[in-house]
Amino acid sequence: MVAVEDVTKVYPTRDGPHTVLDRVSLSVGFGEKVGILGCNGSGKSTLVRILAGVSQPTSGRVVRRMRMSWPLALGGGVHPSLTGLDNLRFICRIYGIDYRSKLEFVEEFSELGRYLHEPVSTYSAGMVGRLSFAVSMAVEFDCFLIDEVTAVGDARFHEKCRRELFEKRGDRAMIMVSHVGSQIREHCSRACVLLDGRIHAFGDVESAYSFYHGNPV
Amino acid sequence: MRAALSPWEGIRTECRVISALMLRETITRYGRHDVGVLWLLFEPMLFTTGVIALWDLVFPHAPTSIPMVGIAITGYSCILLWRNTVGHSTHSIRPNTALLYHRPVRPIDCLLARVGLEVIGATASFAILTFFFAFIEVIPWPEDLMPVIVGWLLMCWWAMAMAMILCSAAERSEFAGRIWNIVSYLLMPVSGAAYMVYWLPPSYREWALLIPMVHGTELIRLGFFGNTVPTFGNPYYFACSNLVATLLGLAMMRDISSKVQASW
Repeated sequence: MVAVEDVTKVYPTRDGPHTVLDRVSLSVGFGEKVGILGCNGSGKSTLVRILAGVSQPTSGRVVRRMRMSWPLALGGGVHPSLTGLDNLRFICRIYGIDYRSKLEFVEEFSELGRYLHEPVSTYSAGMVGRLSFAVSMAVEFDCFLIDEVTAVGDARFHEKCRRELFEKRGDRAMIMVSHVGSQIREHCSRACVLLDGRIHAFGDVESAYSFYHGNPV
Repeated sequence: MRAALSPWEGIRTECRVISALMLRETITRYGRHDVGVLWLLFEPMLFTTGVIALWDLVFPHAPTSIPMVGIAITGYSCILLWRNTVGHSTHSIRPNTALLYHRPVRPIDCLLARVGLEVIGATASFAILTFFFAFIEVIPWPEDLMPVIVGWLLMCWWAMAMAMILCSAAERSEFAGRIWNIVSYLLMPVSGAAYMVYWLPPSYREWALLIPMVHGTELIRLGFFGNTVPTFGNPYYFACSNLVATLLGLAMMRDISSKVQASW
């Protein structure tokens, strides 16, 4: 499982400290699918960073007993000056995987063709998104952090991603973060709403939705 | 924050991550064109060769039984080691925040990867130049490799500790990040690279020996030239200074690590 307990995150600003997350607690078990709803600026990304372990909370505790993915979002996690293949090699090395065993999958899934050997900086946004998604599927995780994943690629690629993530890896835990989130309704069993840095937990997605829509900011 | 691992697993992860970062750095820095990664040692070699030629021209009759080329190789290689290591590592976190996206990569790994590369480059350059000039009999073969290795390793350690301190200082303030060029320039003449402690008037010797780097150059020259000129290098003093600097560096790195953010 992964859990945050009483996590507070304060960012320093010119006008003094700004509390982005205020004593937030959340726990996700193996195989559980949890949605987090929140509008822009509600602290979603900060919570995702803390869950992913790439940002430290100001106070509170993070318990991570699952292999957490990096936040799957449009084009994150790849380096522009490296080629697609070098990115794959680098990420596989970091996570201790033999990249050759994943090469075929990434070639096939990303549909980059000879562009796999070109620097990522020459890619279109869609190509970056495809590479980034393919590479993240090459590493095995117990829990996927999904940050507004709807933006990647066209309808056909969308369908491929859906199959890869929600069907083949349907047994994994997922934390989906969104401000609209028809996907949350589709995939999650429960949801939380982030509002002004506080978290409101609901046992089912519909109650979370009605709360979210009842509190427009 | 990593999940709790056994120390052995922790070390293995650490080595894996740092070597991945080093490989990545060689590609982003040198690309795959012409000699590529070999620039890592060509650059310090060319630099040192230039300085050797210059010193040899300026001081053809140095007041010593040691050939000037020998002083220049040992001295300038040391300067390059700490100057390049610290200089290239000072800004090793800010441009790499995108890598922190991957949890196994921590800020200190980005720093250590750059330190590792510079140390490899400087060490290779030092070894090749020594071999070359000894082979063509411009300098004698080193008399005893042990003090050379000890002195050089302590020098590498010193460079790493300084890199940690300067890197975290630069992360806190723009000023600290820019000052290294000036400080390193001022440190060069006192660092022991261009003089031996024995050449100094006795009253200045104890002052010179307060500078940790001087012990490194003295040890290396003891190994190179034996007792042609008496040397004063004390490995224990240098190691203790390094330990203090490392602890300070680690504390400073820890402090800034909680503040830097992954970017995407």
